[in-house]
Amino acid sequence: MNKSVQRLTTFLVVLVLPALVIFATVHFGNRRGKPEKFIYQNRADIEKKVDHSEFEILQQDFERPQDLTAACLSCHNKRDDELMASAHWRWERESALPNGRGTVSIGKKNLINNYCASAESNNGSCMRCHIGYGWKDKTFDFEDPTNLDCLVCHDNTNTYKKRKGGAGMPSTPENATAEFPVPDFNYIAMNVGKPLKENCGFCHFHGGGGNNVKHGDLEEAMLDCSREVDVHMAKSGQDMSCNDCHLTERHNITGRAYSVSSENNNRATCEHCHTSTPHNDKVIDLHNHKVACQTCHIPVYAKVNPTVMYWDWSVAGRTDENGNPITEYDVNHKYSYLSIKGRFVWDDHVRPEYFWFNGTADHYLYGDTISEIPVKINTLMGKYEEPDAKIWPVKVHRGKQAYDVVTKEIVNVKVFAEKKGEGAFWEDLKWDTAIQLGMEYAGRYYSGQHDFVSTEMYWPLNHQVSPKEQTLQCTDCHTRSEEGRLANLAGFYLPGRDYAKGVDYTGFILIILSIVGVAVHSLMRLIYKKG
Amino acid sequence: MQKVKIFSRFERFWHWTQMAIVILLTITGFEIHGNYTIFGFEAAVRLHNASAITFILLGIFTIFWMFVSGQYKNFIPTRKNIIRQIRYYTYGMFKGEKHPSRRTMTNKMNPLQRFTYFGLLILIFPVQTITGLLYMYYHYPQNPIDADGLWIAVITHTMGAFLMVAFVIVHVYMTTTGHRITTDIKAMISGYEDEPEEETETKNQPA
Repeated sequence: MNKSVQRLTTFLVVLVLPALVIFATVHFGNRRGKPEKFIYQNRADIEKKVDHSEFEILQQDFERPQDLTAACLSCHNKRDDELMASAHWRWERESALPNGRGTVSIGKKNLINNYCASAESNNGSCMRCHIGYGWKDKTFDFEDPTNLDCLVCHDNTNTYKKRKGGAGMPSTPENATAEFPVPDFNYIAMNVGKPLKENCGFCHFHGGGGNNVKHGDLEEAMLDCSREVDVHMAKSGQDMSCNDCHLTERHNITGRAYSVSSENNNRATCEHCHTSTPHNDKVIDLHNHKVACQTCHIPVYAKVNPTVMYWDWSVAGRTDENGNPITEYDVNHKYSYLSIKGRFVWDDHVRPEYFWFNGTADHYLYGDTISEIPVKINTLMGKYEEPDAKIWPVKVHRGKQAYDVVTKEIVNVKVFAEKKGEGAFWEDLKWDTAIQLGMEYAGRYYSGQHDFVSTEMYWPLNHQVSPKEQTLQCTDCHTRSEEGRLANLAGFYLPGRDYAKGVDYTGFILIILSIVGVAVHSLMRLIYKKG
Repeated sequence: MQKVKIFSRFERFWHWTQMAIVILLTITGFEIHGNYTIFGFEAAVRLHNASAITFILLGIFTIFWMFVSGQYKNFIPTRKNIIRQIRYYTYGMFKGEKHPSRRTMTNKMNPLQRFTYFGLLILIFPVQTITGLLYMYYHYPQNPIDADGLWIAVITHTMGAFLMVAFVIVHVYMTTTGHRITTDIKAMISGYEDEPEEETETKNQPA
C-alpha cells in the first residue's frame, strides 16, 4: 500500500505534472492572436449628394473653363483661399530640411527630379498636372482665383481631360483632337462631386510621362483591380477611393510624397484606421516599433503594369542614318530606348529595397554641389537609433542625369517645346542649347560644359497593399540567407540574421570539448573496469 | 544497502519540469539564432517566449521554496573536500575507490556540484533571464541607457546558451558516476538513493 502510494506520487511529480506544465506552455504560448477586422464605412455612401444640376448658374454654356470656375466660386466662396494656399496650387511649400539645412520653400516647382530633371522650364508639358489653367511660363497669375481648375479633381463624369502640352488647359475648339476633345463644361458642371480615383489618378498615375512610370505603386490598373493588387481599392473588396485614406479637411489633403516633401507631418497613415496594434498579437504588433506596416504588407509593387527602374539620359539623342529619332522596345513591348529620353529599364512585380526612414527627407537643391556618386536627388532620413525611424519599403529609381562639369551641379534641361527650333531637347536633340535654356529659365548659371552622373531617387511605398495571406513571413527577414529582405540593412541586431562569429565558434568548441571530455572519461572508466 | 531519501517531491517536480523547459528553450533558441529549422521561426519564437515565462515563474516559486524549506543551503559552495572530490573523478573512480561524499537530504551535493550549481543558479539563469527580458521588452535600446542596439544583451544571451548546452552534456554524463550507473537518475525519480551501508560519513557541509 505504502509502496504503491509512493509510486503514484513519483509518477505524478516526475511525469504528469511536468508534462502538464510543458503542455500548458506550448498550448498557450503557440497561439497567434486574431487580427482586428476593420470595415470601412465610406462617407460618400451615407451622405446624400448635392444635385448640382438644379443650380441655375450652372445651366449655361461655358465658353472658357475660367468662367466655370467663377460660377463654382460664386457659391463655394473662400474655397479659393484654401486651394491657393495648397501645394497642389503653389507647387512649393515652406519645409524645414533635415541636417540643419534650414527652412526653404520647395516643391515640384523648383526641385530637381530623376525623370525630366525638373518641371521648371518645361511648363507646357509638366504643368498639365497643375490644378490651374495655363501655367505656361512665369507670367501665370497665381492670384487670380478663376485660374483654378476645379474640374480636374471634381469632375465625376470621367470626361474632363487636360490637353497634352497645354500647361493645364483643356482643349479649345482651335486645338481639339479626338483624344482630347473640348470638354462639355455644362454636363460636367452638373455632375461634380467628391474626387474619384480617376480624378487623382489622372495626374498621380501618370507622373514621369506614362502610366506607373514614377511611383510603381500607383497606376491605372488600380481603378479596377483585384484584392491581390490592392486590398483597399479592389472593386471586389472595400472599393475605397483615394480620399478615404488621404483624409481631406478644407482642401488640405493628408499624405506626403517624399519626392517633394521633407517634414514628418500631415501624413496619411495605416494607424489612422487600423491602430498601432491591429494584429491583436504581441509578438507581431511589437514589430510596429521598428517596422512600418508597409514593409510586410507590400511585399511586391508594380503588380500589374511595369514601372521604370532605370532612366539613362546620357545615351539620349541618337538618330538613325536619316537623322530620325529611334524607338526600341523591350520584350514586354515597353520602350527601352527613345532618342528624346534615353535608355529605360522597366520591371514589374518588383521586390522593394528597405531603408530606415523617420518621415523626414532631404532634397538636392539648386546650388548644391555633387559630393557623392550616385547623387541622391532626395534622401530618406532615419536610422535604427531614432525612436521614430522604421524600416520602410522603397522604390529606388536610378538613372543618369546631366550636370555641369565646372560647377558640379545637376542642371535643368529644357526638354519640351511646342515646336522645333526653340531649343528644346525633345524637338532638336541638342544638349547644350537645351541645358542653357533650362538653366536660364531657372535663373541659374551654366558653364557650357556638361556630362552625365549617376543619380538615385527614393520613393517610399504605400499603395498596392497585399491580402494578409501574401504578407512577408518571419524568415523573409529573420534569415542568414543573403536573399533575406533585410540582408543589406545594417546598424542593428536582427535575430535569425545576425550573430557574432567569435561567440558561435567558441560556443561550438565548448560543446565539442564537453563531448570529448565525456567520451575520454567514460573510456577510462571502461578500461579500468575491464583491467 | 539502505534507502536514503535525498530529493523531496517538489525538488523532483522542479528538476524534471526545468529539464523539459531548458530543452525546449535550447531547441527553439538555436532555431531563432538561425542554426536550423524545426518548428519554423514563428513557432520557435512563440515557444521560446512562453517557455521563458514558465521558466521564470518556476524559478520564482523555487526560490521561495528554497528559502522556506532551507534547502538553499545545499547550493552554498564549500572548499572542504573539494580536492578529494576532484581526485576521485580524475583518478579514484577508475581505481574503484569509494565516493568521497555521502548524500543526505540536507547535504545532497558534493563540493564540485555545489560550485557548478551555484554558478548555474546565480550566473547563467539570472543572466539568461535578464538578457532575455531585455530582448523581449527593451525596444528602444538607446533610451534611457544605451545598450548598443542590444548587441551586448544578445551576445551575452548566446554565450549563456552555449554554456547551458555544455552544462547539460556534462551533467547528464555525471549522473552515471554514482554508486551504480543508474543510482543518481533513480534518485531523482524516486527520491531515494541506494547507499552502501558501510560508507563512512563525511563532513563536508558548510558550518
